Amino acid sequence: MNLLQTILILAAAFFAVFGEATLGGLRQWLSAQVDLLPALMVYAALNADILTLSLLAVCGGLWFDALSANPPGVSILPLFAVGYAIWLQRELILRELPFAQVVLGAVASAIAPALSVLVLLTIGQQPLLGWGSLWQWLVMTAGGAVAAPIIFVLFDWCKHALGYQPRSEPSFRPDREIQRDRKI
Amino acid sequence: MVKQKHYLALGVVTLATLLLLSLPPRDTSRLKLAVGSWFLPLFGLAGTVQQLPGSAADEVLPRRELLRQLEALRRENEELHTKEMHAAALERENEQFRTLFGWQRQTQWKLKLASVVMRDPANWWRTVQIDLGSRDGIRENLAVLTTDGLVGRVSSVSYTHAQVVLISDPNCKVSALVENPAHDMGIISPGGPLENSFVELSYLSGNAALQAGQKVITSGLGGVFPKGIPIGQIVDARPVEFGLYTEARVKLLVNLGSLEQVWVLFP
Repeated sequence: MNLLQTILILAAAFFAVFGEATLGGLRQWLSAQVDLLPALMVYAALNADILTLSLLAVCGGLWFDALSANPPGVSILPLFAVGYAIWLQRELILRELPFAQVVLGAVASAIAPALSVLVLLTIGQQPLLGWGSLWQWLVMTAGGAVAAPIIFVLFDWCKHALGYQPRSEPSFRPDREIQRDRKI
Repeated sequence: MVKQKHYLALGVVTLATLLLLSLPPRDTSRLKLAVGSWFLPLFGLAGTVQQLPGSAADEVLPRRELLRQLEALRRENEELHTKEMHAAALERENEQFRTLFGWQRQTQWKLKLASVVMRDPANWWRTVQIDLGSRDGIRENLAVLTTDGLVGRVSSVSYTHAQVVLISDPNCKVSALVENPAHDMGIISPGGPLENSFVELSYLSGNAALQAGQKVITSGLGGVFPKGIPIGQIVDARPVEFGLYTEARVKLLVNLGSLEQVWVLFP
């Protein structure tokens, strides 16, 4: 399942970036586009290994930067930072709880774009920022909060559909067998 | 071992990022084009899906509606034909005057129609991708417009696609001229992250005589945009930097939020 899971996560990132660039409904309605990569990173950090996490950060970041006016590499480190921080605390997080998924999705979607803008400003770029950016940031945070549990549900469904099912244990246990004998 | 593995991942990702960010501009644009080309198969798919509702609507359009549209188009065609004759007469007259006064002949605009296939996924840039590339003769810094007015300029070109930086992006600076008696000139700069219809006209002189409704066009300075492309109309103006210069809000003629087809202008 590990390789399949990695491929599925990367494919999801690819289509997420493509969807963000082509689907403009939410952008026209809310004047902001939701970024699904941080929410996907939350799933990867809680369910996949560090290699998948790194691949998602590098590939997802590069794909995002290739379709935007960002210099390539700007989105990689923010995505990885978010995923890495969650990955380090993965044993303490109640990953099955939808509330935890919502909170993590919101926090990741708030931090990743803020870090991206910070990287852009650090390398001397002048992104379009203003008071309206706060609204866009809120929309991205809310979008990530909504997207994270949905991503968890979708990937769990994929895992059940494509992965090996655990072998069901028979109710028969030899150590609890009642021995019957005519001789007493 | 596990600890070493994640430290290694952290180091590799950080190094890769630093390496990518320190690439020279030419390599950067090559890398972006190479990675962006991964999405090419999806461009065609998205185009087909977008056309499906249109073609489905065509199938079910009643004959009466088609006849009505045909009649309207015929009438429009006749009107345009008359206007074309008038324009040709004006052009001849213009040519005679140019010969008379010895003025240089104006170069005619060559235009190519392109469809907008993608928008910038990042909220802090205003760019779109069009379905024309270097195979169609597109090159950097060509002006892009619609029949309403200026849209932006081509910023990078791949073989089949090109990225257009819109007039409301911080990387698209346009020298503009106000159509008033003083011909006040300024620089178009972005209005704000949520604004798709308004931009700022900065660096106007402190005593600029601006009024709401005055038209703003490209000045032709800077060498990227030819003179005379309509940009928008003045909404209001205010003095800035203690009256040292004036800044005006301009309502764009083009709605940048709903671009579907644009024209690329070849000089």
